[in-house]
Amino acid sequence: MSGAQEAALAAQKQDIRSRWLLSAPALLIIFFAAVGPLLVMLLYSFMAKGDYGDVRFGEFSLEGWVSVFFQRDIFDDTLGLADAHLSIIWRSLQLSFFTTLLTLILGFPTAYFIATRPPHTREIWVFLVTIPFWTNLLIRTFAMQQVIRNEGLLNNALIWLGVIDSPLQIMYTDTANLLGMTYVYLPLMVLPLYASIEKLDFRLVEAGYDLYASRLQVLRRIVIPLVKPGIIAGSILVFIPSLGAYVIPRVLGGGKNMMLGNLIEMQFGSGRNWPLGAAMSITLMALVMVALIFYVRNASRGGSSHV
Amino acid sequence: MFKSHFDIRSQPGFGFITLFTFFALYLPIAALVIYSFNGAESLSRWDGFSARWFVAAWQNAAVQDAAIRSLIIAIWAAFLATIAATMAALATTRTTPYRGLTFKYALINQPLMVPEIVTAVALLIVFSRIKVWTGYSGLGYLVVAHTAFCIPFAYLPIRARLESMDLTLERAAADLYATRWQTFRHVTLPLLRPAVIAGFMLAFVISLDDVVITEFVKSGGQDTLPTYMLGQLRRETTPEINAIATVFLALSTALVVVFFFINRKKQ
Repeated sequence: MSGAQEAALAAQKQDIRSRWLLSAPALLIIFFAAVGPLLVMLLYSFMAKGDYGDVRFGEFSLEGWVSVFFQRDIFDDTLGLADAHLSIIWRSLQLSFFTTLLTLILGFPTAYFIATRPPHTREIWVFLVTIPFWTNLLIRTFAMQQVIRNEGLLNNALIWLGVIDSPLQIMYTDTANLLGMTYVYLPLMVLPLYASIEKLDFRLVEAGYDLYASRLQVLRRIVIPLVKPGIIAGSILVFIPSLGAYVIPRVLGGGKNMMLGNLIEMQFGSGRNWPLGAAMSITLMALVMVALIFYVRNASRGGSSHV
Repeated sequence: MFKSHFDIRSQPGFGFITLFTFFALYLPIAALVIYSFNGAESLSRWDGFSARWFVAAWQNAAVQDAAIRSLIIAIWAAFLATIAATMAALATTRTTPYRGLTFKYALINQPLMVPEIVTAVALLIVFSRIKVWTGYSGLGYLVVAHTAFCIPFAYLPIRARLESMDLTLERAAADLYATRWQTFRHVTLPLLRPAVIAGFMLAFVISLDDVVITEFVKSGGQDTLPTYMLGQLRRETTPEINAIATVFLALSTALVVVFFFINRKKQ
């Protein structure tokens, strides 16, 4: 090896070392205040629960994990399915699914409409979607409450129109959760959809019409397949935070319509069962991971098919 | 110009749904703002236009306290996150892939992948133990926790900007015997400034908005404005909450508008 090559290699090594040093603060902070605690939580999920919260440190137990899905009968100590937990997990999945569906139904036409405006007006429309997106989640949840509560805008309008006589009870129901999440996460659907529809090559649409396709056929056979990566990205961006929703069900759903996030909180509050809470959190993370893996697989497939 | 007979881009009903979407996006916010000017004691009726709840919120010691705390945490977290993210962005762009690069990307973006409630309880577990061990229960925990989830947001615009810059100017500086620090200070940083400002503002807004992680990490008496509001929502709410929310809304909208124009100038 010549001297020049050696020098270049040394310089490269030096470069990589300084790059590690440069990234060290960010990596350390995230390790200390995000990744590390998750690992500790994984350990906690395998420990016995303490009497007043916390865990009995170092005492191994599977009880936390078992009680995510099963519960012991108080009389004969047999294991049965933990209906309360399972129904909340199931509700979270269902609500997240319907939230995704609703945001897609509203978001797709909206994104398509914005993407087909002239370029200078497009920017303004997108900006109008971005403002609610950057508005505090709690404030938007609270804003939704103003609309759906018993003396709220919706009920007042319906009574005024004579559609109903007495206010509809929407607050503290699953409908409230659904409406709240759809409202809050709608921009997360519109923005990626817009990004992918904007790139759509409308010559393909024109070709479709030249071959006597109807509008619906063009939409179904040309537009939707081409913007599928955007649809998947938007759906994932909505589905994942919906699954982990905590503030929205707490404010709008009330105690009876808990979602997984609230169930987890309960274990660290009045439930005083930290190992169970830890195990539930990891279950939630696993569900999110499954959704992400689904996304990565579809995105890579969708990306390669028409680039 | 005549309208063409057949617009290939249009789809029936999409304009109507778009109108509905924007109506639905802005109606609740409008309701919230209008009710903040309600003169009545409670939200259930309208009693004339009044700014009394803004005055009440402004004079409420708990609100002042929470607002100041929110600002302190957001400024510190955004400041620290921006520095860490700028360094990390310099370390992860404009290079041939090296071992550990993917690991760095994964770690930096990790806070975006995990549901907030999960990070929140994990932090509760770890910090409550550290609080017992060290006896320290100040704002430091909130600042560190906020910094961690702000880093990916600050990193985003800075990395994007760096990737669009090549190394020509830096090489020219090096040819003229500038030290690495001089090159960074007089060449790289000025070019990067808009992105660093954008990153700081993103981080600031994200920190200011956080509810879930703050709710679980804070010690007693460490309410920020969002956790204060969350606590108030448990009870019968007065328009005071609307007034606070309206001011909050105005502030973050102003920031987003500034951010929008900075970005536009850049392009």
